[in-house]
Amino acid sequence: MSDISYSDAARENEASFGDFFALLKPRVMSLVVFTAMVGLLAAPVAVNPFIGFCAILFIAVGGGASGALNMWWDSDIDRIMKRTKGRPIPSGKVDREDALAIGLALSGFAVVMLALATNILAGAWLAFTIFFYVVIYSMWLKRSTPQNIVIGGAAGAFPPVIGWVAATGSMAWEPWLMFALVFMWTPPHFWALALFMRSDYDDAGVPMLTVTHGRRATRRHILAYTALLAVLAIGAGFTSIGGPIYMAVAVVMNALFLLGAIRIARRDEDMAEADNFAVERRFFRLSLLYLFAHFGAILIEALLSRYGLGGWA
Amino acid sequence: MSLRVTHDLHDRRKGRNVGVALVLAGFIVIVFGLTVVKVTSGDFDAAIQSAQPGQQNGGDQ
Repeated sequence: MSDISYSDAARENEASFGDFFALLKPRVMSLVVFTAMVGLLAAPVAVNPFIGFCAILFIAVGGGASGALNMWWDSDIDRIMKRTKGRPIPSGKVDREDALAIGLALSGFAVVMLALATNILAGAWLAFTIFFYVVIYSMWLKRSTPQNIVIGGAAGAFPPVIGWVAATGSMAWEPWLMFALVFMWTPPHFWALALFMRSDYDDAGVPMLTVTHGRRATRRHILAYTALLAVLAIGAGFTSIGGPIYMAVAVVMNALFLLGAIRIARRDEDMAEADNFAVERRFFRLSLLYLFAHFGAILIEALLSRYGLGGWA
Repeated sequence: MSLRVTHDLHDRRKGRNVGVALVLAGFIVIVFGLTVVKVTSGDFDAAIQSAQPGQQNGGDQ
C-alpha cells in the first residue's frame, strides 16, 4: 500500500514503537522485574550475573506478553473504562490481531529463552503464569466473579517463584512466602483503586466487589485482607527470608497500611466524595510503596547474608 | 498540497524500524553472551563427557 492511499485519520493513528511497547504494560512489568529479581537474588545459589540478567529480562518479556494478550481479550471493556481507554487498542493505534500476534510470539519466545538460559522448570512456571493470567484470570474469572482479583492476584505473585526456580532449578518454601505476600497484597490494592475509579467497573460490567457487594462491603474487605496481610508479612520476618531490617520495615509499613485500611473502613461515601477519595488514593499509593519496601528489605537481608550479616543468625 | 520530504508518518515508521533493529541487535548480543557464559562456565562439560565414552565404545566395536 502506498502512502497516498492512507487517509489522514489512518496517518494520525499509525502506531509508533512506543505504542507497541505500551501493549506490554510497562508499569506492571516494573513490579514483575523487581519481585522476580528479589526471588532470584534471595535464592541460596549464586547465579552468573549475565544469566541472572537474562532470566529477569525473559520473565519481564513473558509478563509483558501476558499484558498484550490481556489487552487483546479485554479491548471491548478497555474502550469503556476511563482508566484504560487510552491504551493502544481502544485508542486505535494498534489492531487487536496485532496485539494477539505480539502476545503469542513474545510468550513463546520468553518461555523458550528462559528454559534455555536457566532451566526447564523455570520456563514451565513462566508458561503457567502466562496461562493463569490470560486464561484463568482475564478470560474466565474477571468477568464472572467478584473474587476475580483475589484468585487472579496469583498471576502477579508468581514472578518471585520463577526467579527462585531460575536460580536453583528446584522448589522451596521460601519463594512461596514471597508469593503469599503479593497474593494477599493484591486485593486491598485493587479494591482501593475500584473505590476511587468509581463508575469504571460499573460501566464495563466487570463484577468487582464494589459492583456486586457494594462499596461498604468493599471497605470492610479491604480492612480484613489488610489485617491478614499484616499477620503474614510480620510472620515472614521470623523465617529465613526475614531479619532485623525486614522486621523493622514490616512493622512500620504494616502499621501505616493497617491505619489506612481502618480509615477507609470507617468512612462512608459522603465523606469520601467530600475530599475526592483522598484517603483511598493515599492508601493506593502507599500500597505500591508497601510492596517495594517489603521486597527491598528481603533483598537487603539476602545480600547481607552473603557477607555473614543479615537474617537472625 | 505541497510536496514534503518527510511527514510525521515517516518519522513514526523510522522510529518503529529503528526500535525493531535495536531489539534484534539486542537479541543477538544476548544469544552470543549466553553462549559464551554457558561454554566458559562448563555447563556443557557433562554432555561432552557422556558423549565421549559412547564414541570410544563405537570405535572398539
